[in-house]
Amino acid sequence: MLPSELKAEQFSAYPPGSKALAREYVETLRDLPLSFVPGLLRELIEYDYKFPAERRALEKELNNLAKLSTDDRKQWMQGFASISTSSKLEHFDWINLPAQFVEQLSAHLWATHQLDASRAAATSYADRLNAAVPPQEPVIPRLGIAVIGEGVDSYSEPLFRKLRPHGAYFSKVNPENGLDVLLDAVAERAKKHGGDYLHWYIDGGEPGAYDKTITGVSYERLEPVRNALLQKMHSELTKPGMGPEMLRTVMAELRPADLGMTSSDPVLARFQVKVLTEGSGTQIFSTSFAQWAAREALRRAEPVILLVRFAPRQRQKPMSEMLAPNAERPELDPVGSLVDADMGAYYNWINQQRLTGGEKSSFLAWFEGHNTAVLIGSTVPRGTESSDPTTMKQLLSWIS
Amino acid sequence: MRRLKTLSDQIARTRREFLRDATGVALGSTLLRSPLARAASLPRNKKVVVITFGGGARDQETFAPEGQENVPNMLRDLIPRASFFTQVVNHGILGHYVATASLATGAYETFNNFASVAPENPTVFEYYRKDLKRPSSDTWVVAPSNGFNRIGESSHRSYGMGLGARVILPKHLLTAAMSSGHTDYEHLLRDNYETPYFTPELAGGGEVELQQLEDLLKLSVTDFKAHARTLSSPDELSVYIARQLMRQVAPSLLWITMHDIDIAHAGTYSLYVEGIRRTDRLCTEVWKMIESEPEYAGKTTLLVLPDFGRDADGDPGGNGFQHHRTGDPLSRTTWLMAVGPGIREGVVHDRPVDSTDLVPTIGSIFGFSANYSQGKPIQEIA
Repeated sequence: MLPSELKAEQFSAYPPGSKALAREYVETLRDLPLSFVPGLLRELIEYDYKFPAERRALEKELNNLAKLSTDDRKQWMQGFASISTSSKLEHFDWINLPAQFVEQLSAHLWATHQLDASRAAATSYADRLNAAVPPQEPVIPRLGIAVIGEGVDSYSEPLFRKLRPHGAYFSKVNPENGLDVLLDAVAERAKKHGGDYLHWYIDGGEPGAYDKTITGVSYERLEPVRNALLQKMHSELTKPGMGPEMLRTVMAELRPADLGMTSSDPVLARFQVKVLTEGSGTQIFSTSFAQWAAREALRRAEPVILLVRFAPRQRQKPMSEMLAPNAERPELDPVGSLVDADMGAYYNWINQQRLTGGEKSSFLAWFEGHNTAVLIGSTVPRGTESSDPTTMKQLLSWIS
Repeated sequence: MRRLKTLSDQIARTRREFLRDATGVALGSTLLRSPLARAASLPRNKKVVVITFGGGARDQETFAPEGQENVPNMLRDLIPRASFFTQVVNHGILGHYVATASLATGAYETFNNFASVAPENPTVFEYYRKDLKRPSSDTWVVAPSNGFNRIGESSHRSYGMGLGARVILPKHLLTAAMSSGHTDYEHLLRDNYETPYFTPELAGGGEVELQQLEDLLKLSVTDFKAHARTLSSPDELSVYIARQLMRQVAPSLLWITMHDIDIAHAGTYSLYVEGIRRTDRLCTEVWKMIESEPEYAGKTTLLVLPDFGRDADGDPGGNGFQHHRTGDPLSRTTWLMAVGPGIREGVVHDRPVDSTDLVPTIGSIFGFSANYSQGKPIQEIA
């Protein structure tokens, strides 16, 4: 079916908040092309499990689309309307399975050489939307912190090469109680400037003690969930006829309860499951988990502070073996993990800078237990170096 | 499209400037010479070896200034002897099997990347064999096991059945050679991240593999297993098998598909870079093999190119090096290196070349016509 045939009752399987929102805007949705609507529904169907920043953005987007005149809406949708779909896509249950539809649409765009047109349409739409409904500025300038290299005694290669041109490099940082100082700084900010899901601590290993006002995610503490997921993947993969695309569909449908997860915070539980089921490598490599969780936290929750600590990941083994549930503790690769985390820290900074207020935001990356760090901020001179003795508190004071 | 062109031009310029600084190579646009002069310098009984530098490597980790530390062997041993094309653009689907199949057919294939299907357009192996009436033993593909088992022969009705290359899958060979536990060989049987369990079954099962091992490669199972134990990755195993093929069968058209780099999908930058460094070393090893084997020395053109790049760090639709999903200019723009008799040494060409130009170029080297290819011969090589 096409969006023009949409009826309010077709959203009956949606969770309550999503259902109400979809029904409120069904008339608007009817006026939009098939190459666009399922992408919007993919977000809408998750409304009940979204962070406050995402909810606000989605509500504003729908409201904006509803307010557009018919002619303006046509103009906004011109790029999407020119994309040709297929009868197979039209017959797909894109109302109830919008994410799966988007995957199939993506394959169709590649195969029909329409990917560039789709990118152009999406970029144009995003530009118009940002101009019409500017994203909300953060309550305070954002601060990102990356702690890398846990478990590495010495490393002679240069670190932070991608971050250093954007800030100041310090080579004599006193590492004593460094992580505690950073966690205290996060807690202090969280107390001063409250707000749900605005202050995050993601740890690729066992987390340090942190204040309960902080939203915490830990790879180590998710071990039972990861094992349940690997068990699930393993049993699915051994079924006859199972292929990578079908596996992706099965994983996309998993919910926290399917993996034995009980949590008083269904939004955070759903976030963690999505990191594990939608991220590549997040199920088996702690460094991939920390980087992807940080990316998704920034993109979705738009935190004002995010501390990410990368921990050693397991050493590479055959993929089939890593994906098999195993009770044994894996052998670790601290140096390889340091290289992963160095790049991960750079990606955290890039992803933070994509958010509003990037020109005022700050970033600190530190080689845990060692003397080197990079500090980036609007008041920090770019591409500079300092060999003066410094403490972690001093570094933080220069960007707060 | 204009944006892709502009960004591809920029990428090409960066590569050219870096190569000029690093190795002292010259810009090629003024160095074209007469095809007649080149033809006179070409040997008879030509051979071509193609290596796909896979799966998917970005500029900044290879031939951009910051990537030089990852490709020291090619910079030292190959670039000064090569014609290097800085701007090879892939306009097709960026999935490894479908993109490699497109390289092999010279036409953008559109099948499902994860399906075990034959390319729709005739492959370079079919053109070569049909036009030049060559036996199957003269064209070989060495490929990772996942999906690539159908790459040697298309489903095209004018070519296809019985006219393709012989395909050897080293991991299958190793699995067949192992009668019991895999413990010593696990590192050589690593699958790529996207398709960990999806290894297609081949007709004949393990017997065909073992027959290949003993009859064609002249390797006993014991020797093969003993040597395999000294290797560190699936691509190393592939190059080892390629060496045996070159020594024992000496095919005129040999296609080696590397794939270690694709570990990047797991999100581990260190393993991705490690894969690039290994592939760099292996490419140089293959050239040394070419130079040292009497059947190949002095008459072989080596063509090295990635199947495509990977997403840019700055593209919000991707996650940097991890995937190749956005179709952005960085993921579509790669390079090609050509080394061999009659090819200008130490020259950089930064004009755009299309991925589909590879097959017609090989056609010009051998003297066959790639009728169904969408590309055209690269004059500076062909």
